[in-house]
Amino acid sequence: MTKYKNNQSLIPLTKFSKFDPIFKSIIIGASAYTLVMLALILFAVGEGSKEIFQDEGLNFLTSTDWNAVPGRESFGALPYIIGTLVSSGIAMAIGVPISLGIAIFLSEIAGTKLKTPLSFIIELLAAVPSIIYGFWALFVFRFWIMDFVEKPLHSFFGDSLPFFAKTPFGLDVFTAGIVLAIMIIPIISSITRELLLVVPNSQREAAYSLGATRWEAIKIAVLPYAKSGILGASIIGLGRAIGETMLVTLIIGNATGLNAIPTSLFSQSQTLSSLIANEFNEAASELHLSALIGLGAVLLLLTMLINVIARLLVYKMVKTSNPGGRI
Amino acid sequence: MSSKTKENNNYTKNRKNVQEMMSNTSNRKIYVNKLVTILCICCIIIAIIPLGSILFEVFKNGYSAISFEFLTQKPGSIGSGKGGIGPAIQGTLIVVSSAALIAVPVGVFAGIYLSEYAKSNNKFAFAVRFFADVLTGLPSIIVGIVSYVIIVISIGSFSVVAGAFSLSLIMIPLVTRITEESLKMVPDPIREAAHSLGIPKWKITIFIVLKTATSGVLTGIVLSIARIAGETAPLIMTILGTSLYFSSFTGPVDALPLRIWRLASLPYESAHASGWGAAMILILLILVLNVGLRVLARKQNIATSRDT
Repeated sequence: MTKYKNNQSLIPLTKFSKFDPIFKSIIIGASAYTLVMLALILFAVGEGSKEIFQDEGLNFLTSTDWNAVPGRESFGALPYIIGTLVSSGIAMAIGVPISLGIAIFLSEIAGTKLKTPLSFIIELLAAVPSIIYGFWALFVFRFWIMDFVEKPLHSFFGDSLPFFAKTPFGLDVFTAGIVLAIMIIPIISSITRELLLVVPNSQREAAYSLGATRWEAIKIAVLPYAKSGILGASIIGLGRAIGETMLVTLIIGNATGLNAIPTSLFSQSQTLSSLIANEFNEAASELHLSALIGLGAVLLLLTMLINVIARLLVYKMVKTSNPGGRI
Repeated sequence: MSSKTKENNNYTKNRKNVQEMMSNTSNRKIYVNKLVTILCICCIIIAIIPLGSILFEVFKNGYSAISFEFLTQKPGSIGSGKGGIGPAIQGTLIVVSSAALIAVPVGVFAGIYLSEYAKSNNKFAFAVRFFADVLTGLPSIIVGIVSYVIIVISIGSFSVVAGAFSLSLIMIPLVTRITEESLKMVPDPIREAAHSLGIPKWKITIFIVLKTATSGVLTGIVLSIARIAGETAPLIMTILGTSLYFSSFTGPVDALPLRIWRLASLPYESAHASGWGAAMILILLILVLNVGLRVLARKQNIATSRDT
């Protein structure tokens, strides 16, 4: 592109059009809107949560009460921060290895005939709205998890391991983590797949020429090359899991206060976003509303941080592997 | 210095790996290779099972709920099992199309700037591209809060405008990036040929470059519409949901995902049955957008490959 731009001055034929500068300012304005959006988001969340941070200060982040009764209001975000991290942690532990397997299969192993339909199915999985995942999980999937996974685990290990204490009902942090994993698998695997496709073939050929099997070539030549990108893709998935609202609201059990800190995999919990969704329309007072927006502020900072790091990692990988290229 | 030692370490490590590999003449590595292939296939199967189950359950349970009345009537009194999801379908169409009306021009123009006008070392363009990517990872509920604080509080009512604004915040970064990527696929000689004919740059950009990339840009727009059609969280705090039909752009409306959520939270069997019905309509909408696009794109590809 820069090539023809530099030559532009050498082309006397190009007519000057009065509309050109106008057009340029329109598109620059449209681009600047992205930055305006970012500023609006930071401003609105800051403005909305001002009251709670004035009222509770940093206690808001460390206390565990959640009492919206007028006159005795007390709000603390800690249990929901923990609930968010635990459910997303479970999702990552299950989702990342499976996504990696899918990406490796799609980019390294599958033949062209399998590749297209399978990639399409994975894309469809990404297109299913989270409310539908939640609805399905609430009425179908949680009974599978309860009967086939949680009950056996509970009866074998319930007494010896604290992870599996508490009688499982299917509406808990464990189920939420698994459904979150199902939801982030297509996101992580499609980004990882594209990153693996960027790895130059010379890497693979070198490994094969030394007598490597396909897996060995993947292990020593492909995965190390794409390491930072894969990490970035996983972190993008983590950002999704942390911010996901609807399916978590439906299946995490919606506890508040101290009860929302999960003591076992089968305890009810609550995440930042699910509590906002549950109470936003029933907020009893200005302060309650501000506390909910304050949860949003914590969530915003957390996901911004995660996404900035992830994007930088992905950019780095794409830039070093094909300079000037695109993904 | 330290990076050099690290590189050396890596080198020795790799050499060790390679030596091991070459000296290993047993069948073990062939078995390991097969095992990994099987594991990868298992991963694919694990990912496909939920999709299969979701589609199966939604169509099995949703099918019996669907009728002409269900699609057109207002919801009946809670728990009665009567009435339908007419306002929800109407509301989804209104909110999503208003959001698209805001987001498509802004996103496409921003994409044009990033691909056609910005120089590769332009810091402003880098910032726009980077934050567009970061914004696509923003939780949708945050967007709802933003729209609530900025619009709902200032006009004093839950409204279509607030809902459309919040969904446009999700859609703009998606459209921007997809437009940029599609325009970059247009080969440079096309632009150079147009320049040599003395056409002004804005005309080249819109009538030649954008036109060449139409199918890619359209695909991106349709996919992002499919994405926002299923968003629920921002709608809770912007359009609120109601059981009435659309009345004005500054009043509340209903939407399919919101209706599904409300129905799921009710303790009645009949509400759940309606929920499955609404879920089926929503998923049909999204499937039609996704699959239809695929089929169209393939047809077009075949047509163009025949032409050339």
